Amino acid sequence: MKHGILVHELVDDVGVAVADLQAGTEIGAVTLEGQPAGSVKLINDVPLGHKVAMKNIANGKDVVEYGRVIGVATQAAPQGSHVHTHNLKTKRWK
Amino acid sequence: MIKPQDLKFTGYRRPDGRFGARNYVLIIPVDDLSNAAAEGVAHNIRGTMALPHPYGRLQFGEDLELTFRTLAGQGRNPNCAAAIVIGIEPNWTDRIVKEIAKTGKPVAGFAIERSGDHKTIEAASRKAKEFVHYATEIARTPFTVKELTMSTKCGESDTTSGLASNPTVGRTFERLADAGATLIFGETTEVTGGEDIIMQQCATPEIAAQFKAAFDDYQNLVESQGVSLLGSQPTEGNIRGGLTTIEEKALGNIQKAGRCPIIDFLKPAVEPRKPGLSFMDSSSAAAEMVTLCAAAGSVVHYFTTGQGNVIGNPVIPVIKLSANPLTVATMSEHVDVDLTGMLRLEMNLDQAADAALLMLERTINGRLTAAEILRHNEFVLTKLYRSA
Repeated sequence: MKHGILVHELVDDVGVAVADLQAGTEIGAVTLEGQPAGSVKLINDVPLGHKVAMKNIANGKDVVEYGRVIGVATQAAPQGSHVHTHNLKTKRWK
Repeated sequence: MIKPQDLKFTGYRRPDGRFGARNYVLIIPVDDLSNAAAEGVAHNIRGTMALPHPYGRLQFGEDLELTFRTLAGQGRNPNCAAAIVIGIEPNWTDRIVKEIAKTGKPVAGFAIERSGDHKTIEAASRKAKEFVHYATEIARTPFTVKELTMSTKCGESDTTSGLASNPTVGRTFERLADAGATLIFGETTEVTGGEDIIMQQCATPEIAAQFKAAFDDYQNLVESQGVSLLGSQPTEGNIRGGLTTIEEKALGNIQKAGRCPIIDFLKPAVEPRKPGLSFMDSSSAAAEMVTLCAAAGSVVHYFTTGQGNVIGNPVIPVIKLSANPLTVATMSEHVDVDLTGMLRLEMNLDQAADAALLMLERTINGRLTAAEILRHNEFVLTKLYRSA
């Protein structure tokens, strides 16, 4: 399968779409070194550069990218869903 | 793999021994009132460039010192062969002239009061013509990477910045630092969420403490205004590009530093004291940051962009790198280094760093950047607080 998602670290909860991705399609993920990082079936359309949940993310859970916490989920984000300002917020600015 | 020490740089050697990648005769207004005269001289005399700006009156304290340092820094920058300084009155004009004169390069100051614009423009034009004759007879000569001072900043970042273009700059900076270059990065609020990584990268606890003090100072300033940077950091452009939180933006931003140890902390517009990577306290607004880098003596700049920041600078060439395929397709006239192959895994990090280093060599040796050709001459002073 041609990859459509890049992940920074294998532990990450989210990956980045490297093209406009369509809901309903099964999309492969790799790391920047080309290491396979699984695949997900997309629940939403995800535009180029936007994030995809690689795992089921529960409401209130810290979200990890770069192997680091980038914020907290404000609603559940099931695997394959679009992750952005509607379901993820910063832990820094109030 | 390209090593920076194998690149062939040529530049203009200045009397203080530093090398420039460009050879400008600058006409520097001390204050807003003197823009018209400075632009008059630049209009009369081929080979000169005016740097108009809106400040320089009724400033005080650290804010005034920063304006002086920023204006004098443009004249001191090795890309400047000689400078004319024009102010409304002679005292502040002389302060900037004296700072530039310390580099040994030709500089002359003119004050408008008791002469008027016409006589000032005439006298300054005569001197500017002499300076252009002088500058145009300076030949390019070879210089080494140890004599290179350069800077980096990202703008209109998105997730492709953190995945590809910023790590590319990080990899080139690792090689450049190893080869003995002098490097500047900064953007104090934009490391929020990764400030502990920056502190770990600091070579000594003292440098880490200086960085943290500047970082906390800015966070406290924001809080003292009773506001937060939510809505500003990340920007609307960042969000459109897929970045959601400041933490995510910061983790992408700091990729530009690579694994280089941070060997010094600099106040804004202060020239680096030694080779290696210095952190300069600075705004994350593109034109302000690049103007501060120019003031600190950077002669060329790597600017990574995701969504397509079009910034340039009058004094230093700004090399634009992007890995976003939509940006490269729709804004190709702004992009110097196309890194979109990284997202397709057709180009790895070392290959991308090679491409960035080759463009650095070509730019230093005279290739005009996209921003230079498109006349992106954004010259923006950083204001620390209200004027009196």
